[in-house]
Amino acid sequence: MDDRERLKAFEQVVLPHLDAAYNLARWLAGNDHDAQDVTQEASLRAFKFFGSFRGENPRAWLLTIVRNTFYNWLQKNRPPEIAGELDDEALMVEDVSVNAEAINLRVADAETVQRAITGLPVEFREIVVLREMEGFSYKEIADLSDVPIGTVMSRLARARKQLQKALASEFQTGGAK
Amino acid sequence: MNCQQARPLVDFYADGELDAAGILELEKHIHDCPACALAWRNAQALKKSLKQDALFFTAPTELRRAIKAELRSQIETKPRWNFWNWNWLTTATTTVATACLALLLTLSLTRPSEEQRITQEIVSSNIRSLMADHILDVVSTDQHTVKPWFNGKLDFSPPVKDLAAQEFPLIGGRLDYIGGRSVAALIFHRNKHVVNLFIWPANGKDAKPATSASIQGYNVIHWSEANMAFWAVSDLNEKELMEFVQDYEAEGQLK
Repeated sequence: MDDRERLKAFEQVVLPHLDAAYNLARWLAGNDHDAQDVTQEASLRAFKFFGSFRGENPRAWLLTIVRNTFYNWLQKNRPPEIAGELDDEALMVEDVSVNAEAINLRVADAETVQRAITGLPVEFREIVVLREMEGFSYKEIADLSDVPIGTVMSRLARARKQLQKALASEFQTGGAK
Repeated sequence: MNCQQARPLVDFYADGELDAAGILELEKHIHDCPACALAWRNAQALKKSLKQDALFFTAPTELRRAIKAELRSQIETKPRWNFWNWNWLTTATTTVATACLALLLTLSLTRPSEEQRITQEIVSSNIRSLMADHILDVVSTDQHTVKPWFNGKLDFSPPVKDLAAQEFPLIGGRLDYIGGRSVAALIFHRNKHVVNLFIWPANGKDAKPATSASIQGYNVIHWSEANMAFWAVSDLNEKELMEFVQDYEAEGQLK
């Protein structure tokens, strides 16, 4: 395959998922400017590695590269944000012991939800986007994020708990309709 | 199943990750346990909250464009190191560069000037108008009919004169297209010969005395005056055509 054909195939197979790529980058980076930088770099890297693409899910393949590009970028540009390593082990236990019975959640408006997601640590934002917006299975997320499937479950449970709390407090303060 | 066992399954169920046996057990538990039923409702409310189009950021158009442009430029400039050795590459590059330079020089030396191009276009248009029998859009020997006919068809008002007294009677006018713009064409007769006079704004160029050229058996004379460019073309001989030009210039502009 020459370069031209390779680009054509790339444009047909991978670039249709540019919205998903940008969406993930946008939620991870937290602003448009950085998200564009990350998405652009990731897309160019994806093209470079397109030869190693073996016809698996192109969206998952592209998002893996976006995710890796983002964490490289984060290390370079905002090291403090990844300083707080997540203690995934301790979580499993904590999540099972439920004490949020008092919350009676309603569907919140987009603005409120956006605030709640923004308040999550970056690894949680990642998993929320991959699970709830992209609809990937636990297994797919585990492959994509390069963590064990148990970690996916525990992070997801913790992220949800935080979101429920955040949304519930918004209801109480009248932040949601 | 107790609450401790049921609670983590609520999320798995909501995510479609629970097997059939698990679903049955969990549903039974939720049915009997208000606390876990609430957890189930909360899980669904959260899911719905997160699945809103407004939360999905779409890639900005400029980003999409930038990426495509960058990818294109990458494949166009990428040298093929692996296949070509350096000496070969250097020789090839030098050869190609020299050839390009030579070609560029030849092109710039032989490229027709704007004047030559327009002369050619004028002659072609003249021939076309005669061949296709589409020489006139407005047939009138009266300049007071011909001049208003151009109103609204052109973004300028061509000076229309009748030279019947000088034996170049006005026959009519037509719209034409020269040098990438719409122009006025006036048609005059002398005996059996046709004179096409093309007129368009000179775009601020200085008045220019008449210069003549001859191609494909046609004589072309052009000049500019009063901020208008004039190109006369005819199969008349150069002398007679020059007469026409002088008569046209001498004739006081009529409205």
